[in-house]
Amino acid sequence: MSISQEDVEKVALLARLSIAQSELPEVTERFGRVLELVNELNTIDTSGVAPMSNPHDMVQRLRPDVVVAENEREALMAAAPAQEQGYFLVPKVID
Amino acid sequence: MVDSAPLNASVSDLHQLLKDRAISSEELTNAFLKRIDQLNGQLNAVVTVCPEQAIADARRADEQLSRGDAHILTGIPLLHKDIFCTRGVRTTCGSRMLEDFIPAYDATVVAKLKAAGMVMLGKCNMDEFAMGSSNETSFFGAVKNPWDPNCVPGGSSGGSAAALAAGMAPLVTGTDTGGSIRQPASLCGVTGLKPTYGRVSRLGIIAFASSLDQAGPMARSAADCAHMLTAMAGLDAGDSTSADRAVPDFFSELTGDVDGLRIGIPREYFNDDLNPEVRERIMSALTQLEKAGALLVDIELPHSHYAIATYYVLAPAEASANLARYDGVRFGYRCDNPSDLEDLYLRSRSEGFGEEVQRRILVGTYALSAGFYDAYFNKAQQVRRVISEDFHKAFQSVDVIAGPSAPGVAFPFGAKQQDPVAMYMEDIYTLAVNLAGLPGLSAPAGLINGMPVGLQLIGKAFDESTILNAAHRLQLDTDWHEARPALEDSLA
Repeated sequence: MSISQEDVEKVALLARLSIAQSELPEVTERFGRVLELVNELNTIDTSGVAPMSNPHDMVQRLRPDVVVAENEREALMAAAPAQEQGYFLVPKVID
Repeated sequence: MVDSAPLNASVSDLHQLLKDRAISSEELTNAFLKRIDQLNGQLNAVVTVCPEQAIADARRADEQLSRGDAHILTGIPLLHKDIFCTRGVRTTCGSRMLEDFIPAYDATVVAKLKAAGMVMLGKCNMDEFAMGSSNETSFFGAVKNPWDPNCVPGGSSGGSAAALAAGMAPLVTGTDTGGSIRQPASLCGVTGLKPTYGRVSRLGIIAFASSLDQAGPMARSAADCAHMLTAMAGLDAGDSTSADRAVPDFFSELTGDVDGLRIGIPREYFNDDLNPEVRERIMSALTQLEKAGALLVDIELPHSHYAIATYYVLAPAEASANLARYDGVRFGYRCDNPSDLEDLYLRSRSEGFGEEVQRRILVGTYALSAGFYDAYFNKAQQVRRVISEDFHKAFQSVDVIAGPSAPGVAFPFGAKQQDPVAMYMEDIYTLAVNLAGLPGLSAPAGLINGMPVGLQLIGKAFDESTILNAAHRLQLDTDWHEARPALEDSLA
């Protein structure tokens, strides 16, 4: 299964990445090489094999639902690129 | 004052010197800071140096040492890979995206080593978001291999490995998602351990592929790695995948006894594709262990060659989800003058991430997208289990599995950069270990034309002790781990 420039543009939009038109042929070519590599997975029969998402098949450990972390709002907000009165600033979304 | 001797001392020797007050932590810290200052211009292994904080930490350690209540690691300096969040100290992950990011908290690993009294000298360069095997993807420029400045140090923990090999710190941290501790350890001639998945907390480690990422120690010997792993490991309520397992004192388990140890030699790792010189070095290391009483046993890992395809679906898929958080809004890079929110997302991400990171996000997004999820992501998770079961079967008849850590020695800059797949092949012997969640280490096994080769030892889940002990025995019987690059000329 090879991939077209249009497919790459579609995936890029999903990933919120913009690819310059001038770079699109090379990005598509290299993307295609990686796909060719992973397409090898089609050569192995895995019927009946359960997918593995954790190497020890660990199940989620739960804890009592109580607040344990201190509020570090100011320290965390300090990393924001733009903010005002404790809110993140973004370009206008609603007219 | 300090001559060059303590710069090469082991953890045990440094501890003795510090405890006897033959040297202070402050003197030791200054000696390593000086070494970084002298060498970093040519190696680019360290992206942030923290002299004031290091000296303050060292003085605190000296007080503790004087009181006589010191931990084995108290007062010993270290460098952290710049993927570990450090409170108040810039943490870049090798990316423009996090060029100015200052975390509000310490990673659990950082906090634990701090609590043990270690002194943080600074942060090590790395491939961007740990995606790379040569350090060439770092936004801060590639790290140079101390053994040959025209060659890569490996990656992604290349800055950590190079700093260690160059004597900038006696201990460093690394992380390993597909080989990122073991391959650079191999290429720089140091010892590096990727623990069992879950052994060490991932809290505060900038996430790449969460079901594969694991932090571990890198040092000049297996014994030093053992000291550091003991301090790093353990259950952490802040990481729901950290394991509820007792943590032994890994150093005290290093008996050096390998009599009767069964070492599996997978035919798939030693096939005709293996570089003959690498094979010769690996086999001579294994012969050493055989002389010490170990038994070499032929085994099979029949699905080994699927590891690369499996990894390059799962790791990018997990990465595409993890890296969705970099949106230019809450932290990290933001583009100038966004026209609207869509433009803010698109340009912040495209300008903030480098080429390899963008490629992996694209591949991962594709593998998770509607219509392809079953063919790629689900299929890769099934093959992951098949690969993992190969190991479980093999470990029914052996205690350890051995092979090379990397297909060859360090290669020149640019040699593999144009072809992502050629670069991915660097991790052909290490990826499966992450897929199966097993511990693996790389230990020096001699040189080829003056460049280091690493022996990989893979253990059963949560049995780091056995592979550390085998590497320790090798290091008692040989001096490969003591070989150092000739950097002193450049210090004149």
